[in-house]
Amino acid sequence: MKETILEVAHLNKSFPGPEPFHVLKDISLSVQKGEFITIIGKSGCGKSTLLYLLSTLDTAYEGTITINGTRVTGLKEHDLAKFRNEHIGFVFQFHFLLPEFTVLQNIMIPAMKLGQLSREAIEYNAMEKLTQMGIRDIALKPSGKLSGGQQQRVAIARALINNPGIIMADEPTGNLDSANTQVIFNIFQELSRQGNTILAVTHDRDFAGRSDRIIEMMDGRITNTHGVPVT
Amino acid sequence: MKPSVNMLIAGTQLWARKRQSFIAMLGVLFGIAMFIFMISFMKGVNNYIQDTMLASIPDIHIYNDIRTDYASSVTGDWLRNDPAKMIVVHHPRPEKVRLNLKNADAIISDLRQQSEVNVVSPLLSTQVFFNYGSVQLNGILDGVNIIEEARLFGLHDRMMTGRPEDLLTTDKGILLGQGLADKLNVRRGDLVTLATPEGTSMRFRVVGTFAFGLSTVDNTKAYVSLSGVQQLLAKNHDYITDIRIKLRNINNAKGLAIFFGKRYGYKAEDWESTNPSIKTGNLIRDTLTWVVSLTLLTVAGFGIYNIMNMVIASKMKDIAILKAQGFDGRDIRTIFLSQSLVIGVLGAGLGLLLGFLLSYGLSKVPFPQTEFTFMKFFPVVFESRYYFFGAGFGILTTFLAGVLPARKAARVDPVTILRG
Repeated sequence: MKETILEVAHLNKSFPGPEPFHVLKDISLSVQKGEFITIIGKSGCGKSTLLYLLSTLDTAYEGTITINGTRVTGLKEHDLAKFRNEHIGFVFQFHFLLPEFTVLQNIMIPAMKLGQLSREAIEYNAMEKLTQMGIRDIALKPSGKLSGGQQQRVAIARALINNPGIIMADEPTGNLDSANTQVIFNIFQELSRQGNTILAVTHDRDFAGRSDRIIEMMDGRITNTHGVPVT
Repeated sequence: MKPSVNMLIAGTQLWARKRQSFIAMLGVLFGIAMFIFMISFMKGVNNYIQDTMLASIPDIHIYNDIRTDYASSVTGDWLRNDPAKMIVVHHPRPEKVRLNLKNADAIISDLRQQSEVNVVSPLLSTQVFFNYGSVQLNGILDGVNIIEEARLFGLHDRMMTGRPEDLLTTDKGILLGQGLADKLNVRRGDLVTLATPEGTSMRFRVVGTFAFGLSTVDNTKAYVSLSGVQQLLAKNHDYITDIRIKLRNINNAKGLAIFFGKRYGYKAEDWESTNPSIKTGNLIRDTLTWVVSLTLLTVAGFGIYNIMNMVIASKMKDIAILKAQGFDGRDIRTIFLSQSLVIGVLGAGLGLLLGFLLSYGLSKVPFPQTEFTFMKFFPVVFESRYYFFGAGFGILTTFLAGVLPARKAARVDPVTILRG
C-alpha cells in the first residue's frame, strides 16, 4: 500500500540579485509514508534550500508542494505556522534549543502550542520521548547545559512530540563527533523502523547509506536516485 | 488556569534576564516617580501661592470707579439750545466725585441674602501718614467691621500680637501690619498719630499686629474700626467706599461679579481679574511640570525601546526556532510585546509607590521659616488623578516602545537564521 505523504511538482527557485542565481531547477519528487530518504550533494547544490522549501518556512518559489494531502503552496503565514506545528518535525544542524527552558519544557512547547492535550498528558508524552532517546535523566536540566549529542537528542524528541507526518532534518550530525554521530544514526534508523517518515539532508554517505532512498543533487537538479521506495 | 504557551515563553525569557529587565523597569519607575513627585509638589506650590496671594484679596470687590461724565460742561450749559455751535473742551479734568457707595447698607443687607455669599465686609480706606516720634511713614488705613474682616481674611491666624476683637474693646484701637510696626518701632499699647492728606490727624493705640506674608500688605496696612476712619475723614457713619465679598465657592467669582455689578450699578471685580498673575503663574508652573515629566517618561520609553531591540537582536535564533515549530508572527509579537508591557506595568506600579513616598517625605520636610512664611512643611498635594495619569502614560509609553521591536521580531525570516 503506497500512501504519498509529500508531493513536489516542478519546483523552481532563484535568489534575486544583480546576477540572479537559479538554485533549484524543476525539482519533482514524491515521498511515501514510512520512507527514510536522504538528500546528498556537494555544498551549494541546493539541497538545504530544497529542504527549507519543503518545510514551508521558505515560501518564495515556483511550483507546488503538497504535504499529507494539503497543498501548502500559497497558504498564509498563520496557516503555514499551524501546519508546521502539527505535521512537520524539525531537526537542525545546530541543536537550537531555547536556552532559558529546561529540556522537558523545550520538548513540551510545540505540543502546548498545538494545544490538543492537557499539560499533564503533554508532559507524560515528552517523558516518553526522552525515554525513547535514552536521556530521561536530564529532563529537568536547563537545556543550555547539555553536551552537543544530548542537545541533538533533545531536539529529535522535540521534533517527535506532535507525532508529525514527516520529520525533516538538516545535517543532523553535521556538528557532532563520531560517537554521537553514531548514536544519532541509530536513533534515525530506529525511528524509521517504527514507521516514521524521515527526510534528511546530509553530506555524510554513511548516514545516507542507512536510508531507504538516496537522492543525489547537483547544481539544483536531482541527478540520481538510489534505493527502492518502500512499498 | 495555566498561562498560555506564549505567556510562558515571555515570562521565562523575561525572568532569565532579570538584570536587564530590572534596569529597563528602573527607567519607567524613575520616570513615573519623578512625574508624581514633581506634579504633586508643583500643584502644592500653586495652591500655596494662590492661597497666599488671595489671603489679602477678596473673592469679589465692589467699589465706585472714578468716572466723570464729560458729555456736559459749563460752557455747554451756557450755550445750550444752539445747535449751530459745536463745543469742544480740550483736556478736561475729572471733577471731584464722592467715591462712596451711596446705598451701601441696602447693598450689604441684600448681599447677605445671597446663598452664594459667605462673608460681606464693608470698607472705608484712605491713605495716611503714620507718625511715631520723628518717623513718618506712608500707608493705607482700612476702616472695617473687624469681625467680618477677620472672617474674610482669616485674621485670627495672621495675628502676631493681640486679637482682632481687641479693636472693639479699645477706644481708637489700631491693628498694624508687622512690617509697619517694626519700622515705626511700636508695640502693643503704644500710641501712633495718623495724618490724612487733607491734613486732619488722630491718635490711635496699637492693640495688635498682623502679618499676611506679603510685604506690600504687612509694610503698609493698618486696621481701625469703620467709625475711626469716618471720623478721621470727617464723613457720615454710612460713608463706605468698598464692599468685599468671600464666596462659598471661589470658582463662581467671575460670573457673580458680573451679576453683582449689574444688580447694584457699581464696579464689581473678581479675584482673577484683579490678579491675572496668579493664573499666569499657575499656567507657567503647570506647563513646566508637564513638559519635564513627559520628557522623563519619553526617555524611559526610549530606554525600553533600546533594551527590547537588543533583546530581540540576541534572540533571533530563538525566534527562528519558535517559527519553525509553528509559532506565527503574531505569536512572536505577543511574546515580545508582553515582555515590554510587564516591564511597563511593574515600572509604573513601583514608580507610583516611589513617587508617593517621595511626595510624602517632602510633605514632612520643614519649610525654612522666615517672618513672613506661614508654611510649616513643603507644600505637596495628593491627588489620585495624577497617579492614574502617570500609570496610564507610563504603560502607554512602554507599549509604544515595545511595538516596534516586537514587530521587527515578528518579521524575522527563520530560514536565513537556521541556515547559519
